[in-house]
Amino acid sequence: MSNTQQLKDLTTQVRRDILRMVHKVNSGHPGGSLGCAEFFVALYNELMDRKPGFNMDGKEEDLFFLSNGHISPVFYSVLARAGYFPVEELNTFRLINSRLQGHPTTHEGLPGVRIASGSLGQGMSVALGAAQAKKLNNDTHLIYSLHGDGELQEGQNWEAIMYASAKKVDNIIATIDLNGQQIDGSTDHVLPMGSLKAKFEAFGWIVLEINEGNNLDAIIKGMKEAKTKTGQGQPVCVLLKTVMGNGVDFMMHTHAWHGKAPNDEQLAIGLAQNAETLGDY
Amino acid sequence: MKTYTNTGNKDTRSGFGAGLTELGRTNPNVVALCADLIGSLKMDQFIKENPERFFQIGIAEANMIGIAAGLTIGGKIPFTGTFANFSTGRVYDQIRQSVAYSDKNVKICASHAGLTLGEDGATHQILEDIGLMKMLPGMTVINTCDYNQTKAATIAIAAHHGPVYLRFGRPSVPNFTPENQTFEIGKAIKLTDGTDVTIVATGHLVWEALEAAKALNNKGISAEVINIHTIKPLDDKAILDSVAKTGCIVTAEEHNFLGGLGESVARVLALHHPTPQEFVATQDTFGESGTPAQLMDKYGLNSAAIIKASEKVIKRK
Repeated sequence: MSNTQQLKDLTTQVRRDILRMVHKVNSGHPGGSLGCAEFFVALYNELMDRKPGFNMDGKEEDLFFLSNGHISPVFYSVLARAGYFPVEELNTFRLINSRLQGHPTTHEGLPGVRIASGSLGQGMSVALGAAQAKKLNNDTHLIYSLHGDGELQEGQNWEAIMYASAKKVDNIIATIDLNGQQIDGSTDHVLPMGSLKAKFEAFGWIVLEINEGNNLDAIIKGMKEAKTKTGQGQPVCVLLKTVMGNGVDFMMHTHAWHGKAPNDEQLAIGLAQNAETLGDY
Repeated sequence: MKTYTNTGNKDTRSGFGAGLTELGRTNPNVVALCADLIGSLKMDQFIKENPERFFQIGIAEANMIGIAAGLTIGGKIPFTGTFANFSTGRVYDQIRQSVAYSDKNVKICASHAGLTLGEDGATHQILEDIGLMKMLPGMTVINTCDYNQTKAATIAIAAHHGPVYLRFGRPSVPNFTPENQTFEIGKAIKLTDGTDVTIVATGHLVWEALEAAKALNNKGISAEVINIHTIKPLDDKAILDSVAKTGCIVTAEEHNFLGGLGESVARVLALHHPTPQEFVATQDTFGESGTPAQLMDKYGLNSAAIIKASEKVIKRK
């Protein structure tokens, strides 16, 4: 998919999916999901070299690991609309006997998911392991990963960040969703982390910034540039500035919708702001 | 009664090292990770022969478990190596989410388990690890008794798909099981036939159980000793067949009586064949500094304790 309008339409549809999924079960995490809709759409439809179907080993294709698993709605929507499983299955999100668990898991065999995530801070290590497996297999494809900014307060990340540059894991692009929010408020309020750019650079990473993290063109341009930085002996980090709740005006720029579903009225407003494009599931 | 010969004391961790070395030569998918304890885990030879398949993680066990989980994606069979405490308690959530729940084919290999770590004291002597690991759905838990068995188990777990916790230790202990044995996960080994009492032991306590059986035999008590190297899945049948004959049982392990082998056995008995049981295990306590022999004596984890427990349980029949 390379037509920008198609990607925009898909993004709008993904937003609708997110809102409808969390509304139906009155739970889930719409804020971070909406903020990353453009990133996921660009990643799966423009950036990653993927093979048809799903194979856990993922040899000879790019792989993606979601570390901040609570934004499962955007992950599920984009996976379904990329053909990993029927879009109708989005109807089962968080319901009993569903493959679409509250947080992503391999346990129920959902195609497209390679690791459970939700307990924060573990995805970077897993992504590095997968990256090193690729090197052992002489597979030149890339590993992509996504992490929340608040998630970086978990110490395991820094073990992994230190390791990646020390061991020259240069086939990974780790993206940080820099939305500045976490459950209890802004990251600056909860636990200020200073300059993440300076921190990653001090740990030996190549750091790129995408300031318009909700702009498809900017994401594609920035991520393509990040791709050119791989294979140079250093891991690559992308700081993606996003707006939590993007695309639904009353959900934007606040942590209030981190883990709260819209009611009927709020859903109607949100959907009105995101007209159906590819068809609701 | 059948007797066993100690072919010379050896440490079980060296059995792990030897098994890993053999896997390095025979299975190209096997990779090894270590968190700054190569010498303690006896991984040197594997590293020497397969430097590209070894990952030195540094003192970062959480990262090690995550990297191991990631390495399975791409078909590798990772063996992680560190002390038992740092292999389990320190990284419980990483194992729970990234390995067990994600059904990753990671082999968590843990040395220096239990009191026999000795002088380093309680910070390093974990007595809760079997419980922690057996509670994880899908996790196989193995505690080997000597060098030969540890080597065989190390080789066997590479052929088993799924997460495994392999527990072994630091001290030199009698090596008495057959060299180049075939290790069958989940299959208990009956070491002696007996009619008066069943002694089910795991790890370093298996040799002590044999010593106890010898002494009991001299007193006219016939003990059936079973080597339970696999605590999960437990060989229920071996236990039930034995207590059907003997009518009482002693479990022996270098672990807390809460959460260990003894409790797993008690569950099987409660469900199928309620039987008097005595527990040779630590009594909900931390360890302390001392020589391994001093500690095993003080905390009641030796042949003398097994003899005492056997005599007691027979009276409860």
